[in-house]
Amino acid sequence: MAAEPGALRREHVIAPRKRLLGIDNRLLPPLLITSILVTAHLSFGILEGWERTALAIITAIGAEMIMGRATYGVWPHPASAYISGISAGILVRSPFYWPYFLTSLISITSKYVLRVRGRHLWNPTNFGVSAVVFLAPATVAVLSVQWGNVVAPMAVIWILGTVIVWRVGRVHISVTYVLSFLLFSVFRAWWTATPWVTNVAPITGPMYQLFTFFMVTDPKTTVKSVKGQCVVVFLVAALETVLRLNEVVYAPFYALFIVGPIALLIEQWHHGRRHVGA
Amino acid sequence: MPLPLRQRIAWIAWTIVLIASLTAVYALNRQAEGRPLVADDEGGGDSRFGFRLQESAKAMGVDFTHQAPTFDSRLEHIMPQVAAMGASVTVADFDRDGWQDFYVTNSGEGSFNRLYRNNGNNTFTDVAQAVGLADVNRRETGVSMGSVWGDFDNDGWEDLLLYRYGRPELFRNVEGRSFVAVGERAGLPARVNANSATWLDYDRDGFLDLFIAGYWPDDVNLWKLETTKIMPESFEYATNGGRKYLLRNRGDGTFEDRTESTGIRSHRWTLAVIAADLLGTGYPDLFFANDYGVSELFANRAGKRFEDVAATAGVGMTPKSGMNASVGDIFNDGRLAIYKTNITEPGNLLQGNDLWVPKSRRDAGTFENMATALGIDLGGWSWGAQFGDLNNDGTQDIYLTNGYVSAGERSSYWYDFGVIAGGHSTIIGDAKNWPPMKGRSFSGYERKRVWVNDGAGQLTDVAQVVGATDTFDGRAVALADLGNRGVLDVLVANQRGPLLVYRNTVQPGRHWIQFELEPAVVSGFSPSQTHRSPIGSRVELHWNGKVQAQEISAASGFSAQNQRRVHYGLGAITSVDRVVIRWPSGATQTIEHPAIDQLHKVKEEVRLKADTTGAGDGR
Repeated sequence: MAAEPGALRREHVIAPRKRLLGIDNRLLPPLLITSILVTAHLSFGILEGWERTALAIITAIGAEMIMGRATYGVWPHPASAYISGISAGILVRSPFYWPYFLTSLISITSKYVLRVRGRHLWNPTNFGVSAVVFLAPATVAVLSVQWGNVVAPMAVIWILGTVIVWRVGRVHISVTYVLSFLLFSVFRAWWTATPWVTNVAPITGPMYQLFTFFMVTDPKTTVKSVKGQCVVVFLVAALETVLRLNEVVYAPFYALFIVGPIALLIEQWHHGRRHVGA
Repeated sequence: MPLPLRQRIAWIAWTIVLIASLTAVYALNRQAEGRPLVADDEGGGDSRFGFRLQESAKAMGVDFTHQAPTFDSRLEHIMPQVAAMGASVTVADFDRDGWQDFYVTNSGEGSFNRLYRNNGNNTFTDVAQAVGLADVNRRETGVSMGSVWGDFDNDGWEDLLLYRYGRPELFRNVEGRSFVAVGERAGLPARVNANSATWLDYDRDGFLDLFIAGYWPDDVNLWKLETTKIMPESFEYATNGGRKYLLRNRGDGTFEDRTESTGIRSHRWTLAVIAADLLGTGYPDLFFANDYGVSELFANRAGKRFEDVAATAGVGMTPKSGMNASVGDIFNDGRLAIYKTNITEPGNLLQGNDLWVPKSRRDAGTFENMATALGIDLGGWSWGAQFGDLNNDGTQDIYLTNGYVSAGERSSYWYDFGVIAGGHSTIIGDAKNWPPMKGRSFSGYERKRVWVNDGAGQLTDVAQVVGATDTFDGRAVALADLGNRGVLDVLVANQRGPLLVYRNTVQPGRHWIQFELEPAVVSGFSPSQTHRSPIGSRVELHWNGKVQAQEISAASGFSAQNQRRVHYGLGAITSVDRVVIRWPSGATQTIEHPAIDQLHKVKEEVRLKADTTGAGDGR
């Protein structure tokens, strides 16, 4: 869902220390998301079963290996595909098996197809999940509830997630998004005449943790400047608010789906103009 | 700069894969969603599925509409949700005239419940006021949420337990002429906000014990709240619901609380409970369908204690919104599967219903969910469901009712519900944080499901074909042969809606057989205790290489109870091999080649030590 290997290499310029506690930075996001999943399932039984999540992971890694090798002649690092697969396994909720397979396949395939000037436009998991919930509303939903009611594990995930996005130089994106969400929740509360805490409620759940730490921070599908990254996630939160006021259930996914590629295209257009001008 | 040839070819290939995948998602969704069969398809229902349901309540003299309660004004903004239950229907032959009667609950303050006595001529008469079962919904005592019949004093007359959001009451049946409230003397708890209860003889001592499952905590008075922090602490992991009561029948008209001592410590939000021998020990186990959480399966350890084995049995890992618990042998192989209904709302929440089938007949300790494989998982906001052979073809079908709150037809509360459902316990747990419903529907106006079993592993929804076309907010479903015709009719209780009576007409040439059981009394009964309830009996009918198991449970489904008679459809089969009855005592009795197309009244042979042969006296 985030942390494209190549992009992480680029991130090393920003974060010169390559390792945390002896662990390669590239492996930090996969380790975090895996620990979130394992802890949540063992504690609260969040998954229907391991089979569906395993199917999503294997599909994503398999597709990445085949497509990467066939397209570029090299075996890609599996970290990115692993995150895409496990994210699909967590976020997608369906009694069927095929959504897990197809969400992963669509996520990875989008990376190889929907490209402009060598960059893919959509965060793979965002594309896959958005496409599947849009096309299959009767059979696919997205995780939307709490994992248990205990504050401590959730606090640990927030802290660990923050440390990891800080390590990969993306913490400003997550913080900006959370602050923007909180700001717009004030507006939504006023607009809908509902309590503010009601409007804050969604961000206290695990779906938003995944969204905040892994999706909006994806180096490959965010603009390059720090300022631009903050503006983009602010706009994501703004569009999310518009969608929420229109009672769109999967507002954050659709907001990123729309804003993310537009921002990248504008950046590329702007970059192209400067190039021509030079 | 143009891409290298290799990358261009790959791009074309992956583009095809992407388009194909997106197309597959759309197509598979359409396929899984399924279009309901309609009556115009291929010539109508009778010829294809062998039965037709005709809603006949008013023609039968049943004119009842459920009223919902009105709680504390601080719940006004979400009243349709918190006052969303209470419509129930339970079947009993309370006057022992050989015709099935039924009791329906009302929930409005001051409203009356109804006891419909079967006149034996396809009409019913409400006798609730005459027998003392009507005026039972008061703020002081609470309003009805459901009832369950059981002969707790072994006098041969079925008594009635009424559970409420308030004080449960036990009505002793005085020879079918009147009912006397004996709850206080019997030692029932002073207040239980219950949505389910059942009778079971958990220690097999010959007396029916009572189980009452709290939904809201006991100390919540919904009419006079001390706080608005009464809601579930989580949408899927809540354990702040009501306590449970296992009340052991002492045999002298009183009960003792054995909940703690037998190991039942659940505080989940239980909506349905069923007692049946699910683990093959001969003792009734308890399965809870819990709202806002995982299911619980309490294994009965020889009548001494209960142990929650839901996780190891496979039925208690994934939290959903359990609404119903019923059991049936869907494969005709002697395995009793548990059908638990949950919530499915396209585009929002896809829990899917569960069909927990024992992995093998010998090892009944572990279950697998086969609802999706059989096509009975997507049923809307599902409530009550029952197994029964509706078309007398020899396989058990499923009737499911659904729908939560039908209000504004073009508006939905689902988005707002999704917002609060994702909140932390401190947010979701406080009613004042819940968005107002403002007259919006919440999974309203849903079409019902009647899944017909083809006997080959698939069930097809034929509701629209056979006549189950209502869209009320269904809650309870009960099956009974109301006309003594050898077919199962369907009773449906709707929240804030009419009580429906679907009269069933089965194609000629489809045979059937029924059994009415009377277990033997045991030593230790007093002279007045001349009978023993058949609840807990298990019947296995063997024919043509098949065996279909049925167990007589008290509560079944959601706030419902079927007839105590056991009904089997046989299709074109003109003889059966044998029926094996396991009585509540554990003794078994076999009847060879019982005659078909009739009701057999079978009395337990006394002092049975081994498998013996008996004979039913057909009616």
